[in-house]
Amino acid sequence: MTDVVRPPRFESITAVRDGLRDVRYLADEGTAGVVYLADRLAKPVLVEGPAGTGKTQLAKSVAEMSGARLIRLQCYEGLDESKALYEWNYKKQLLRIQAQRVAEEQDAAGAGSWSDIEEDIFSEEFLLTRPLLEAIRATDPVVLLIDEVDRVEVETEALLLEILSDYQVSIPELGTVVATQIPLVFLTSNNTRELSEALKRRCLFLHIDYPDLEREREIVLARIPGIAEHLADQIVRIVRSIRSLELKKAPSVSETLDWARTLVLLGVESVDAEMARETLHILLKYQSDIAKAAKELGGPAPR
Amino acid sequence: MSGARLEEGSGGGLVDVLSGFVGELRAAGLPVSMTEHLDAMEAVGQIPLEDRVAFKYALGSTLVKNAAHWRAFETIFDVYFSPLGFIRVSVDDADGGGDRQLARAAELLDAERRDADAEMSALSAEELLELLYRALLAGDEELLAALARQAVDRFAGMEPGRPVGGTYYLYRTLRHLDLDGVRTGLMAASAAAVGVGTGSQDTEDAALSDLGERLVREEFDARIARLRRLIEAEIRRRLVADRGAQAMAKTLRKPLPEDVDFMHATQDELASLRRAIQPLTRRLAVRLARKRRHGRKGPLDFRNTVRHSLSYGGVPAEPKFRYPRPAKPEIVVIADISGSVAAFARFTLQLVHAISGQFSRVRSFVFIDGIDEVTSFFDGVEDISHAVHRVNTEADVIWVDGHSDYGHALETFWTRWGQQVTPRTSVILLGDARNNYHASQAWVVQELAKRARHLYWLNPEPRSYWDTGDSIVSQYGVFCDGVFECRNLRQLERFVEQLA
Repeated sequence: MTDVVRPPRFESITAVRDGLRDVRYLADEGTAGVVYLADRLAKPVLVEGPAGTGKTQLAKSVAEMSGARLIRLQCYEGLDESKALYEWNYKKQLLRIQAQRVAEEQDAAGAGSWSDIEEDIFSEEFLLTRPLLEAIRATDPVVLLIDEVDRVEVETEALLLEILSDYQVSIPELGTVVATQIPLVFLTSNNTRELSEALKRRCLFLHIDYPDLEREREIVLARIPGIAEHLADQIVRIVRSIRSLELKKAPSVSETLDWARTLVLLGVESVDAEMARETLHILLKYQSDIAKAAKELGGPAPR
Repeated sequence: MSGARLEEGSGGGLVDVLSGFVGELRAAGLPVSMTEHLDAMEAVGQIPLEDRVAFKYALGSTLVKNAAHWRAFETIFDVYFSPLGFIRVSVDDADGGGDRQLARAAELLDAERRDADAEMSALSAEELLELLYRALLAGDEELLAALARQAVDRFAGMEPGRPVGGTYYLYRTLRHLDLDGVRTGLMAASAAAVGVGTGSQDTEDAALSDLGERLVREEFDARIARLRRLIEAEIRRRLVADRGAQAMAKTLRKPLPEDVDFMHATQDELASLRRAIQPLTRRLAVRLARKRRHGRKGPLDFRNTVRHSLSYGGVPAEPKFRYPRPAKPEIVVIADISGSVAAFARFTLQLVHAISGQFSRVRSFVFIDGIDEVTSFFDGVEDISHAVHRVNTEADVIWVDGHSDYGHALETFWTRWGQQVTPRTSVILLGDARNNYHASQAWVVQELAKRARHLYWLNPEPRSYWDTGDSIVSQYGVFCDGVFECRNLRQLERFVEQLA
């Protein structure tokens, strides 16, 4: 652990919860505590849970509430260190060497030796920073979001380990870049594969599940301006009902919000079975799921 | 507010409790490393100890790194840090004067509860039920909690030192409460007084259209489930007080979903298995697809190498390789679906078909004493559990009496489908090989092994039971490329992965 002296970002757990509420993110009971701990212990948070429950949004909201810059690294298969950490600016290096040669030809004394050039072209001037290095080198407060970390291969995960535990990046030609301030790091995972033990051990683990009834209602009320309380209540009840079915993909919070938005736009005041059936395709994305839910809600499937 | 306080506290009470807690987590099968234990200690030093929720998540986020283990964690947490006991632990541990207030608060809370409970114990049983009914109707959390305490007090008949599990007391309590009757009553009440139950003014939909009724029913179900949990927690709290946390945690120890034994799974465990298998198949499919693509490199692609050498002035500086195209195996699953091993066969069929994309072809056969092909049940079906249900109800697997007869089933398989097994086929036999003392017909397995590429036998029984009683695994096993013990999802997953 590096000994970077820094004031804590958050006063207390309540402060985190209220702060998140102010940026319209309604955290469940555990989330605020884990974010608070992440700051105090200077540990990254690994956020896991079904798609569309606000994992990425959590990082964004924390950045917004603490006034920090969000640096995002979207993971994908085939991500490597030249995309995640740093890369040398080859073109610029080549130009530099060319320029040196020209200078040498003009100046017969041969001013610079090769070692000078080498030292020169592997200096910071020729370094292209990628998200991880950028987050480390930033002098202003930043939140680093490593999104969908389960998409990279197990071997690539190792790239992250140094930065996650020691907040530093080693560049062979240049030395080790140590963080000037410790960024708040969030990793999200959809759990398509088991992450390595080494990665998990370095993180605080937070599982975000579908919210319970009351919280989802609050989320709908907070996120959809002008929605009637009564309608919000009905919406979340129906969504809960649909989630209890065995579906391929249960409706997520973002889909609940889409649905609520649609119903408000349609000027619906109260959802009946027929209305629900006709707008099911907003909540559910598989035809078989839609048919199943429609059957459960009563009546034939919509065309 | 620092880690120092923990060590300076009276004899390091919390540190000891935490060590015991971590030990219990490990005993329950959760992988908790040394560093994670230290992290947890550091974490609890950072949070106000009187905040139980924060305390729980501080431990959870540092010790539990798998969402499937959260349930186990919660149970053990409740045993070790029950709400009232929790305040006491943190008070004992504190040495500052400011925490005296906390102690008083705890006492006050205790006293308040005692008052409420005393009031309630004066009620008759009928009045109590009436009160319960009203609490459920209104969804009054506090009243429900008090009622749960009272119900346990009255009906569970708990005696100190009696070696009975918590489920027994739970059963006794619930029997007196007649929750099914209460539920019917609640539904009727909400049908009569429209909209009362939902606590809002939604009159139109609660005119009990189908949808409205469904929603109201679910609301009541949720409240009753909540009551059940309260009662369970109350019983657990009392048992802990009686026997101590460690002993209690031991009796509550349950296997994690991936360790549940197929053959002895309860209804609840089967449900959790069904939930666990879907993400598992998805993970497995992703992993296998990746392995296929990223595995070894193919042989040198000469043409391509020469073509690329042109950009280096004819020097083959960058060798190019062919894409590997490993042949996908063809799978034949032959599964015993008689009573004892049915659950195992079902999960295996489900798993194999869910990742059928990794095989060139999957054919499934099921048998008891007759044998039937069920491949078509899985074709083009999106919902695999539905197909499995059809297998159980529609497949023609009874020949004489519906008792397992491996010999006859295998013989029939050989005469009807044996010729279709080719050197590209991997055959997987599933069953406990309990043959009811029929003829084994092991020659079929021998012939199959000759024709097929691989022949595996998966047995859901523990290895020590093999070849006891009417089990004849080894008679078949000698001809197989491998006989595997496959008692839980973990073992099944491992087998399927090495198969593809």
